[in-house]
Amino acid sequence: MKTLEELAQLREQMKAKMAIRTEEGKLRVVVGMATCGIAAGARPVLNTLAEEVSKENLTDKVSVSQTGCIGICQFEPVVEVFDGDSKVTYVKMNPDKAKRVVAEHLKGGKVVQEYTIGSSNV
Amino acid sequence: MKELSLNILDIAMNSVKAGAQHLAIELAEADNELTITIRDDGCGMSEEVVRRLSDPFYTTRTTRKVGMGVPFYLLAAEQTGGRVHIDSVPAPDPRHGTVVTAVFRTDHIDFTPLGDIISTVTTLIHGYPDIDLTFIHQFPDHTVRLATGELKEMLGDIPINSLEILNWIRDYLEEQYSQKEG
Repeated sequence: MKTLEELAQLREQMKAKMAIRTEEGKLRVVVGMATCGIAAGARPVLNTLAEEVSKENLTDKVSVSQTGCIGICQFEPVVEVFDGDSKVTYVKMNPDKAKRVVAEHLKGGKVVQEYTIGSSNV
Repeated sequence: MKELSLNILDIAMNSVKAGAQHLAIELAEADNELTITIRDDGCGMSEEVVRRLSDPFYTTRTTRKVGMGVPFYLLAAEQTGGRVHIDSVPAPDPRHGTVVTAVFRTDHIDFTPLGDIISTVTTLIHGYPDIDLTFIHQFPDHTVRLATGELKEMLGDIPINSLEILNWIRDYLEEQYSQKEG
C-alpha cells in the first residue's frame, strides 16, 4: 500500500543524492511534445528515455526534458541531445530506438547515426 | 490520436502555454458516458479566439500554420455522439482561465479508448513540476485522486519531477486503479 509516509521516507533517501546533483556538464535530452509529437508517439518515447536513464543510473549525467513544436512535424517523434554547444537530432523515434540511444549514445558516448536526421534512412 | 489520454495531454499543454499555475484534470464515468474536464487558471482567451479554436487553420503558433489539438479533440468526442464545450475568461479579469469540458459516449463504436492516463499525468508532472496538478478519476463506486500540491508540501526541496518520485507517483496511481478492479 502506497502511503504519503512512504513518500516521506523516499524524500529522506533522496536528500543525500540531491546534494551532489547538478545541471552543469550534463547531456540534455529534449523531446518535442506538441500536438505533432504527441500524435506521432512522443509520450512513450519520453517515458522510455526517462525510465532507461534512471535504470542505467545516468541521472547525474543526463537530464530529460520536454519542449513544444520543434518545427519538423513530419519527422516526429523528435529527440534532441545537447552536449554543450553541439546538438544531435534523432527523428522518427520509438521506444526501442530510444533504448538504443540511451545505451549507445547517452551511456556509451557514440551517436546512433542511423536514427539521426542526416541519415539516408529517414 | 490513438488514445484519449493523448488528447488530454495535448489539451493540457495549452493550459501550460497559457501560464497556468493550477491545472485540474477530472474524469467522471457513469451510464456509458465519460466526461473529461480540464480546468486552468491561465491567461484565458477572448470570445473571438474561442470561436476559432475548432478551425484547424487557426493557431497562435509561429513554427507552423495549423493548430490540430482542439479539432482532434472535437472529432474524438463528436464521433461518439458527444460534444466539447470551452468556457474562457481572458486576463486581466481576476477569474481568468479556461475550462474545456468534453463528453464521450463510451458505448459508441467510435469511442477512442482512454489508454494510459497515468503516463499523461506523470508526463505533465515531469515537464511542468511548478504547476499544481489535481487529477481525479471518478467511477460510480471508486475515486482515483492525486494532488501534486500536497505531494510537493511533503517533498520539501526534493523536486517532484525527479525520476524516483515520478516512479512512486506511477505506482501510487496504479495501486488506486487496481483497488477499483479488486
